[in-house]
Amino acid sequence: MKITMWGTRGSLADAGPQTVRYGGNTACVEVRGRDGSILVLDAGTGIRRLGGSLGTGWKRVDILLTHLHMDHIQGLGFFGPLYQAGAEVHIWGPPSPTEDLRSRLGRYMSPPLFPVLIRDLPCELTIHDAPRGSFRIGELEIAADLVCHPGPTVGFRIDEGGTSICYLPDHEPALGVHDFPQEPDWTSGYDLAVGCQLLIHDAQYSEEEYSAYQGWGHSSIEQAVAFATLAGVQKMVTFHHDPSHDDAALDQLVEGVRRNVQLPFSLIAGTEGAAFEIGE
Amino acid sequence: MAQKSVELILLRQWASYLTTPIFVAGPDGGLVYYNEAAEELLGRKFDDAGEMPLRDLTRIFEITDELGGALSPEDIPMGVALTEHRPAHRRLRFRALDGPWRIVDVTSFPIEGHDEQHLGAVAIFWETQTE
Repeated sequence: MKITMWGTRGSLADAGPQTVRYGGNTACVEVRGRDGSILVLDAGTGIRRLGGSLGTGWKRVDILLTHLHMDHIQGLGFFGPLYQAGAEVHIWGPPSPTEDLRSRLGRYMSPPLFPVLIRDLPCELTIHDAPRGSFRIGELEIAADLVCHPGPTVGFRIDEGGTSICYLPDHEPALGVHDFPQEPDWTSGYDLAVGCQLLIHDAQYSEEEYSAYQGWGHSSIEQAVAFATLAGVQKMVTFHHDPSHDDAALDQLVEGVRRNVQLPFSLIAGTEGAAFEIGE
Repeated sequence: MAQKSVELILLRQWASYLTTPIFVAGPDGGLVYYNEAAEELLGRKFDDAGEMPLRDLTRIFEITDELGGALSPEDIPMGVALTEHRPAHRRLRFRALDGPWRIVDVTSFPIEGHDEQHLGAVAIFWETQTE
């Protein structure tokens, strides 16, 4: 699999000289399978450039939404393939007990918030409630499960021939665990992340900041590292950077953890434009 | 050990903050948690008791109806919530492990997730009398 980060910022896009190294676009990650399958994890503002990079020759693209907060869907209306007649686009997202995904996305993709209605998009669009459990897209095996974050929110694990990545961009695993990180069976997201080669995980806050935002559905970088250690991952990429954290603040967060914690895995600061290859 | 569903994880967190005695059972009917208020009622800490099947619970605590008649696990409110997937309420009598018989009102409801996933049940207790 090849993984490319098109947006690593959380909550709100923040473009400017202060975020030029880590990037200011919100959540969007591209995953390419060996068979050419193209997955797009979340449709934050980073998806616009991803759409422009696809070029021609692809047959199908699948967008997997973890949840419908604005920083994860705001770029959807600017994703080029949606406007290509005949392009096969699938959108998967968390189920809700009251409305299907199409209706909920329609609240954003309709006036007065957006001028183009979903039904007017010229592509061949299919919208799915992501099943809790496993489903296949090409040769990629996807597992989705609800995780600790306000509102229906799923995380994804993607497996391809023995290699796996886990995507938990908005996640507060310390919530609900009495002795975090000691109880894997009581830890949200554990089954999705366990033993994966690459974990992309929420690390929005410093430990000091987290105390003011407990229950908001995000993690401190220390909690993210503790979760990754519990799950036995090989690499962790920090994600969902707080919009108030400039490049220097993000350097400091990651360096602080590297200095103070004996890490059993490789810790990588999530940077827009970074790419990773895992597996053969 | 498999990870609990996020619904159970958050229910346990919620129950741990309350002063009302609460039991939480998982999808297979096993008791997976009771809170500190329930520990006082039962006379045993959850850490000492650990997770247990509902059948063991009715045996250990000698649960009967309020007149002392025998009850099977399926007759108690949590048994109804787990097997019939509906709320249930009943007055029960049981012997706490610290000695006394207690009479409690119990309300239980099933935890139903998306796609008709049955995730367990919650029981809430009100003590009405200690003998």
